[in-house]
Formats: sequence, structure tokens, C-alpha cells
Amino acid sequence: MMDATQELPEKEVGLGWHPYRVLLILMIFSFFMVFAGWTSGYIVRRDEGNWREFDLPNIFILSTVLVTLSSATIQWAYYSAKKDELRRVQVGLVLTLLLGLGFLASQWAAWTYLVHQTNTYFGGADANPSGSFLYVLTGWHAFHIISGLIFVGVVLKRSLNYQVHSRAMLSIGNGAIYWHFLGLLWWYLYLFLLLNH
Amino acid sequence: MATNMTGSSQAQGGIGTAAAPATTHDDHLHEHDHHDQHWLWKYVFSQDHKMIARQFLITGMFWAIVGGALSSLFRLQLGWPQATLGWLEPILGKWVVGGKIAPEFYLALVTMHGTIMVFFVLTAGLSGTFSNFLIPLQVGARDMASGFMNMLSYWFFFLSSIIMFSSLFLETGPAASGWTIYPPLSALPQAIPGSGMGMTMWLVSMVFFIVSQLLGGVNYVTTVINLRTRGMSMSKLPLTIWAFFLTAILGILSFPVLFSAALLLVFDRSFGTSFFLSDIYIAGQALPNQGGSPVLFQHLFWFLGHPEVYIVIMPAMGMVSEVLATNARKPIFGYRAMIGSLIGISLLSFVVWAHHMFVTGMNPFLGSVFMFLTLIIAVPSGVKVFNWLATLWRGNIRFTSAMLFAIGFVSLFISGGLTGIILGNATLDIQMHNTYFVVAHFHLVMGSSAFFGLFAGVYHWFPKMFGRMMDEKLGYIHFWLTFAGVYLVFMPMHYVGIAGFPRRYYAWTGFDAFSQFADLNKFISTAAILAFFAQFVFIFNFFYSIFRGRRATQNPWNSTTLEWTTPIIPGHGNWPGEIPAVYRWPYDYSKPGSDKDFIPQTVPYSATPESNLPYEQELSE
Ligand code: HEM
Ligand SMILES: [Cu+2]
Repeated sequence: MMDATQELPEKEVGLGWHPYRVLLILMIFSFFMVFAGWTSGYIVRRDEGNWREFDLPNIFILSTVLVTLSSATIQWAYYSAKKDELRRVQVGLVLTLLLGLGFLASQWAAWTYLVHQTNTYFGGADANPSGSFLYVLTGWHAFHIISGLIFVGVVLKRSLNYQVHSRAMLSIGNGAIYWHFLGLLWWYLYLFLLLNH
Repeated sequence: MATNMTGSSQAQGGIGTAAAPATTHDDHLHEHDHHDQHWLWKYVFSQDHKMIARQFLITGMFWAIVGGALSSLFRLQLGWPQATLGWLEPILGKWVVGGKIAPEFYLALVTMHGTIMVFFVLTAGLSGTFSNFLIPLQVGARDMASGFMNMLSYWFFFLSSIIMFSSLFLETGPAASGWTIYPPLSALPQAIPGSGMGMTMWLVSMVFFIVSQLLGGVNYVTTVINLRTRGMSMSKLPLTIWAFFLTAILGILSFPVLFSAALLLVFDRSFGTSFFLSDIYIAGQALPNQGGSPVLFQHLFWFLGHPEVYIVIMPAMGMVSEVLATNARKPIFGYRAMIGSLIGISLLSFVVWAHHMFVTGMNPFLGSVFMFLTLIIAVPSGVKVFNWLATLWRGNIRFTSAMLFAIGFVSLFISGGLTGIILGNATLDIQMHNTYFVVAHFHLVMGSSAFFGLFAGVYHWFPKMFGRMMDEKLGYIHFWLTFAGVYLVFMPMHYVGIAGFPRRYYAWTGFDAFSQFADLNKFISTAAILAFFAQFVFIFNFFYSIFRGRRATQNPWNSTTLEWTTPIIPGHGNWPGEIPAVYRWPYDYSKPGSDKDFIPQTVPYSATPESNLPYEQELSE
């Protein structure tokens, strides 16, 4: 099997990016389009009326803090890899994983709160699309976070095998890009819900 | 992406195996490991783009036969509503009740016909085959950016096919609410039998289908962006590649939206949400669902649905451009305008979706905006048609089978495009919507045209795929039968449609107004069934030629593009030695001054002083 990377020198310079990075960025676009579909659908639906209003749980603020911190830690790991400070890379990645898990926990807490304190349900006779949309948006995002955690976990494993350093930045770079995307996606969803709930 | 399943010894990418792009072997040109691969890796779980392309093609052909057979069945019903079809009972079993096709089954037939043709044949079968086959060969790459993801793309398609195909044999029948699966019909199993298990399998199958499209699409785009050979700038790409490239981008951006709609529908069906459901009484009972909006589904669906029709047609446009130029022995007319119009169509295709929804009660002002944007699409489409005709104009035409189908494509695209302009006018569409006029429109402009593009592609690139030529005589017979067939089928449908025949009706015998069209319907059905059987000429030719066809030469059509510089049957890695560099655009046919009537892309300007234009002469010095 041809390894795509071997081909680069005899190639027209594309974007100057590794093919796997281009693949990742294209995938990110398509992941985002799912949310773009839902958020536009949300607005279309809300404007038709019969829309139950409720307050967003404050714990979402905690989620935002956690996910932002985790972006910082993975970026720190990335810079450390660039400087070949391998220990810090691993610390950074582990912190990212922990913060990511914390984010998931905070989401879980938020959903429980919504169900028990505000009677906002996903489905059933008492549900309204306003609530169902919220669970779909945050749930699908959480699902991506899980995929991101796996990704970061793989990078961590590679780093433990000394496969991540200043001359092997591809995996940690891609991991960081994907993780930042997930963070930004959360910001987008949270601001969107704040403005439109 | 993370694991590697090839049987060969070269380490292939985990996420970051290939540390930095710069780590290369100097000897990457060495013979590629030809040591014996197990047949399972070579023919089944192959990561070679050419094998994957053939897998897509064969699967697509299988689906085309299934889709065509389904349409013959419902045309039987439409043409001869009174006939007893008892002879079908052995095949269809309980779907034929007392010699009559069951009405629910009729709906299932049209639904599955549409789904299969649009998605499985003209999306996966068409771009799956030719994007895979031609992108690496024509841009000068050894394979796709990620062979592994490319293989996954086929196997997700395969899985999706298995699920969709099995749904045909369900007790309650396959999905039956139209290829557009509008809720509430599709959401409520109580509504029709097809909305039960059949619909569930439809949705599951489509989710895998979307995954397959995305895996394929990101690969095509990356390969075009990153793996072009030396000298192959974007402005030297064959139009096929431009078309595949933009098609893949459309897919990457629009299929996820279909996914978002499908997932919400799944929730409505199985998890008690009400995204699309509200105020519904069924069999005298009120459903608990409140607050949903079926129109929301239509928005989400058509946001994919409209780009999807261009996903179907653009690869065909690209291949037709290539075949026309090669066989007219002339440069394609307006190369840059061709690229520009493809880009224009791609952009516009995202902002016209609501022309499928003029009768949903939308704000008339919004309707006019969508009408305006829709009609603008006629401009880039017109540019393309003009350029194709100008390419043919005074060409030194070689009527190969591929060329006939390419010309047929242009004809069908014009005929079907014109009715698009009629439908694009909201006021006219309110009259025509959901009649056979729409059916006639999209079968000419999309269904038939894209099939013709597909055939042109198969006849043209068959020698590269299988090392042998297809039979030209059979190709002519196939062309004329098909060409006459599709016009005889779809032209009369315009009249039927203007008279107000609604689509997806099981029979019109109950309406006196339509009785005068009974003969016309018989006529259409006869033509449709004959045209379907004509396709077996092609199937025979295809399989016969794989084994017995005349052996191909290296460049049978005297073409300029890179794929014809590979060995007759390219091996793994496509070129045994170095990948050739590219010096010129792909359309140097009959260049004044040159003694040959074509100059391949790999010939430098310094070798052709006699035919160089002044600026080319400068480049060569
Ligand atoms: C000049 C360009 C075109 C215009 C203005 C146009 C306009 C329209 C309009 C307004 C409709 C909706 C009719 C209705 O449901 O009442 C329609 C339906 C359709 N068009 Fe076109 N069209 C054009 C070209 C194309 C092309 C190039 C394709 C495909 C390659 C295509 C495929 C379809 C399909 C599949 C449908 C029917 C979908 C369905 O309801 O099942 N059209 N077109
Ligand atoms: Cu459309």
C-alpha cells in the first residue's frame, strides 16, 4: 500500500499540510454541518410558536470553563512537544483527558437538573421541541467529546511510546485541532442557546 | 484511520506514524511490493483505488437492475390498471392480491425505486466509481490520500446496501413514503405498513450510506488538494477532476444535514419526541405529540436534497466534457468558464432548496427570493450547454459509443433543464407541483442525463479499467434503444402532468378526467419496459468484454490526460516508475502547427516549438 506521505516531495505543493490534516479539517466541516442543520432548524421551528421557554442551568457555565481550560492544556501539551519536553506533553494530555471527563460529568449534571428541576423532557407527552432540541444538541456534542477523548487517549499512548516530539507533531497537532474544534463548538452551542432559548 | 489492514509490508499510517511530511525514502520509486497478496486483500478488502472503483461500479450496476426492475413493475400497474397480474405471484408473493399489485406495495415500489436510483446508483455508483478511479490517475497520484478510509467507504456502502436490500423482503414491506420520506407519513408505523420496520431499515441504511459518502468525499478532496503531480496546477486539471472535486465538497457539506434530519426522525419514531409531529389523529385516536413541524423536515431534507441532485449530475458533466473534447478532437470550449460555471452551480445549489416547497404555505416574499435564486442557476447551466455545443461545432467528430452517450447527455440535459425553468417560477409550480410534469423534468435532467454520463464514462474508461475494449456495435444498439426509449417515456409525461395527473397515485381509473390518457399511459409503460430490457445489451457487452473484448492499446482514444500514460493495466501505485510531470493543460487537441492531433499533458513546451503560442514559447525557454 502506498503511504501517502511518501508522495509529497514529488507533488505540487497543496496547502502545505499533511494529507491527514486536510482529511481531519474536512471532517470537521461535515461534523459542523450537522449542528448547522439543527441550529437553523431550531430557529425555523421556534418562530412557528408553541415553544416552551425555560432557563438554562447555570452548570453550563462550569462546562464552559472546563472545556476552555482543556483547550489550554492541550495547547500547552502541543507547545511542550514542540520543545521536546516530553514529560509536560504527557501531563498536558492527562489534564486534558481529566477536564474532558469533567465536562461530560457537568453535562450529565445539567441534564439531570433540567429533567428534575424544570421538567424539561427529551420525549414523551410532556416534552416540547425546545427541550428535545437542547438534548439533541448537547447530547450529540457530548458524543463528539467522547470521540475526542479517544483521540487524545491515542495521542497520549503514542507519546508514552516516544512517538510524539518536535519532529513528530502530526498526531498531537491533529488532536489539538480536533479538541479546539470541540471547545469552539461548545461555545457556539452555548451562546446560541443563551440567545435563542 | 488508526489501524492498518494491508497485507503488504509498508508501514501505513496510524494517525501520526508518518512523522513529518518530509521523512521520505529516496528510493520510493522502487518496485512496489508485488509479493503475493492474499486474494482477500487484493480483490475484497482492497485499498487500491482502482479495485474500489470497480467494486462501486459492479455494486452500482446491481442496484441499477434492481431499481429498473421495480420501475417496470409499477409501470405495469400504471399502464394496465385493469389487468390481472397473477403471473407475478410466484415472484412477489402476497404483494399481489387477486392478480392486483397491492396499493401499499405500489408505494413501496416507487419509494425504493427513487431511493435506489438517486442514492445507490447515481451517487455511490457514479461518483464512487469514477472519482475513485480517475482522481488518482488523472492528477498523478499513486493512490488516494487514505487508502484505508477509502476501503471503509466502500464497505460502509456495502453494509448500507445489504440493509436496504434486505428491507425489500420484510413482511411489512420496505419504506413506502417516497424517496423524500416526509413525515408524518414516514414517522408513524400506524399510518402505513411501510413506515414500520421498512422505514427503520431505510434510516439505518442511509446513516451508513452517509458515513460512506463522507469517508469517500474527504478523501477525494484531499487527494485533489494534496497529491497532484509536479506541474499539475489547479488550472491544468481535467474538467472531470474539477467536477469530482466540487461534487465531493457538496457532499461533505450537505450529507451531514440529511443525517441531522434522519436522526430527528429516528427520535420522533422511536423515542417519543415531536420534532416533526403535531396535532395528529390516526384511526380516530389523538396522538400525544405536540409542537412539531413537518415543514421543518422538508427544509432539512431539501437542504441536502437539492445539492444532492447536483452531486448526481456534476460528475456526469465533468466526464461528458472530457469525452466530448477527446472525440471532437478539439479543445473544450471555454475551459475556465466551465470551471467557473461548476463553481457557480455548486454555490447556488445551497440557496435554492425551497423551490421544492413553494406550496408549503411559505411567505410569498420568501418564495420570490427562492424563485429568483433558482432561476439564476439557469445561467451557469446555460454556459455549460453553450460550451458543449461550441466544442462540438465543426469538430472532427469520432462517433464512439462514449461520444454518442455524451451527446445524448447534452440533449437530455437541455430538454430537462428547460422544464426546470418553468418549475422554478413559483406561480407555475403551484399548478405543476406533484404532477407528472415534475417527474418528467427530473427524469430527463437528472435521471436520464446522469445515466448517460455514466454510460459515457464506462464506455470511455473501460479500456483503462479492464484492459479491453467494449464492443462498439453493441454500444450503438444500446445507445439508440436507450436514447429513443427515454424520450418516448418522459416526453409524454409532460402532457400527462400538465393535465394534472398527480404523481405517486396507484391508479387513475377513478377519475373520469384522466380516462383519455389511458392509451398514453400504456404507451409510456411499454416504452419504459423496453428501455429497461435494452440495458441488458449493455450488461452483456460489459461482462463479455471484460473477458473476451478486443485488447486495448495504451491510449486507445488518443487522449491527452495522465491516465493513458500508465501501463495498459496499471498495477499498484499506478506508474511503475516515476510519476510523470505535467506541463500543459489537458485539451491540446488539433493544436495549430502540431503534426499530431493531440499533445499529451506530459509533453513539455520545449518539445513542441512548432505549435507553441508565444507565451508558451517563453515558458519553454
Ligand atoms: C435550470 C435548472 C433547474 C431548475 C430551475 C429546476 C427547478 C426545479 C423545481 C422548481 C423543482 C420542484 C418541482 C416541484 O416539486 O414542484 C424541481 C424538481 C426537481 N429537480 Fe430540478 N431544476 C433544475 C435543474 C435540475 C437538475 C440539473 C437536476 C438534477 C440533476 C434537477 C433535479 C430535480 C429533481 C430530482 C426534482 C424532483 C424532486 C422530487 O420532488 O422528487 N433539476 N426542479
Ligand atoms: Cu432542486
